[in-house]
Amino acid sequence: MGFVSGLKCRECGREYAVEPIYVCEFCFGPLEVVYDYQRIKKAISKKRIENRDENLWRYKELLPIDGEPQAGLYSGFTPLVKANNLAKELGVKELYIKDDTVAHPTFSFKDRVVAVALTKAKEFGFDTVACASTGNLAHSVSAQGAKAGFDRFIFIPASLEPSKIVSSQIFVPNLIAVDGNYDDVNRLCSEIANKYRWAFVNINIRPFYAEGSKTIGFEIAEQLGWKAPDNVVVPCASGSLLTKIWKAFKELKEVGILKEARTRVFAAQALGCNPIATAIKNDTDVIRPVKPDTIAKSLAIGNPADGYYAYKAVKESGGYGEDVTDEEIVEGMKMLARTEGIFAETAGGVTVAVTRKLIEQGYIGKNEVTVICVTGNGLKTKEALDGRMHEPKYIKPTLDSFEEVLQEIRKNQ
Amino acid sequence: MAVKVRIPTPLQRLTEGKAEVEGKPGKIIDLINDLDSRYPGLAERVSENGKIRRFVNIYVNEEDIRFLDGENTEVKDGDEVSIVPAIAGGRGI
Repeated sequence: MGFVSGLKCRECGREYAVEPIYVCEFCFGPLEVVYDYQRIKKAISKKRIENRDENLWRYKELLPIDGEPQAGLYSGFTPLVKANNLAKELGVKELYIKDDTVAHPTFSFKDRVVAVALTKAKEFGFDTVACASTGNLAHSVSAQGAKAGFDRFIFIPASLEPSKIVSSQIFVPNLIAVDGNYDDVNRLCSEIANKYRWAFVNINIRPFYAEGSKTIGFEIAEQLGWKAPDNVVVPCASGSLLTKIWKAFKELKEVGILKEARTRVFAAQALGCNPIATAIKNDTDVIRPVKPDTIAKSLAIGNPADGYYAYKAVKESGGYGEDVTDEEIVEGMKMLARTEGIFAETAGGVTVAVTRKLIEQGYIGKNEVTVICVTGNGLKTKEALDGRMHEPKYIKPTLDSFEEVLQEIRKNQ
Repeated sequence: MAVKVRIPTPLQRLTEGKAEVEGKPGKIIDLINDLDSRYPGLAERVSENGKIRRFVNIYVNEEDIRFLDGENTEVKDGDEVSIVPAIAGGRGI
């Protein structure tokens, strides 16, 4: 038996039974899972968690499933890398990278949310899973859906470059290329979700799916020795991840595992798509939609569904929001790779570059414990680096030719 | 000529199945309350304490009223008002 007592509208508080629904039929607000924390408190302990396998299901009492996990059995529990080199470069004492570039099985944090979504889809009795995506989500639904034995429908805009869809195609889902842009694909998927009894992970399964993001927060706290950090910097697209990481720390306190949860939460966006950072800077809870134009494609949501809640979490926690240019994003990716040996996707460049800015501006203190969330692998967004890398040294296959170049290298060091 | 008001599917149960109804010129919030007198229950679905609900978007001639004058946005004869629920969905992080 699970610990979920129902669903509840975040806006008007109306309650619903646990079903594949996601929007309040009265006021159109988003639905959220409600847990019985009193029962959870009795059921879990640090020790019980520590004795479990190293995957995201070690926190299963705080995830919205009723039975045993049925997907993503090896997902989560990625390294929390102590980033001493980067810390030195940025002028702070204690800095960590939550490294989801090595998430199993498709190298982004989406493996967490999809693990929860597919388990829930099994519990609801669905045989087909679906999503609209241009990247990480499509990869994860394609892969994990294959392993869990689902029929899979992946909807993409027809204009998407072939190089971007290989990482979905290899898992042989039903790939549907829609003649339209991403918004058209999303709108169509909402209609399909109404007509067909399929589990659209980020539509009718969204309240459950989104909860999977909390596991990043749970893991950070456990890996810091059951302590919440002073600061966490989170990339924002829809804003959901940020709200869930914040919720994770608060929940661990609620169930008695953490003594304190005073983490300040910081939103990281690209300047070319910064509706959440802008709202935070202007101190207004009205999120003004923008037309995205940035190399950080996985963050390019101009009208973020959870923007308001992300704004609220940042404000309530005492955090802030910042945005960075495409040049700063690439510089952030290179800095992370050069100092810590981690190749992040563009979103990781956003987070690193924003962290740097926040430290320079004094929002993040030099003696505080800060965690940077790096949510996807750089091999997925290689094209963002085209023409922005240094060239190899070309030589002839002779020792002379090599030593000539070596001399040049030594001189420039 | 009046103000044209487009009603989304989930609210058409309240408007006798009509997808378009006529509204009264003036402030948006007054227009909503006036519709409520003819189609009871409409106002509380769309607004709360005189404010448009967060997940309901209202457009006047294609522009979101949040970027006009909010609930006090004035509409006149011939204007087109659309009520559109923002269905939380989306993608990404």
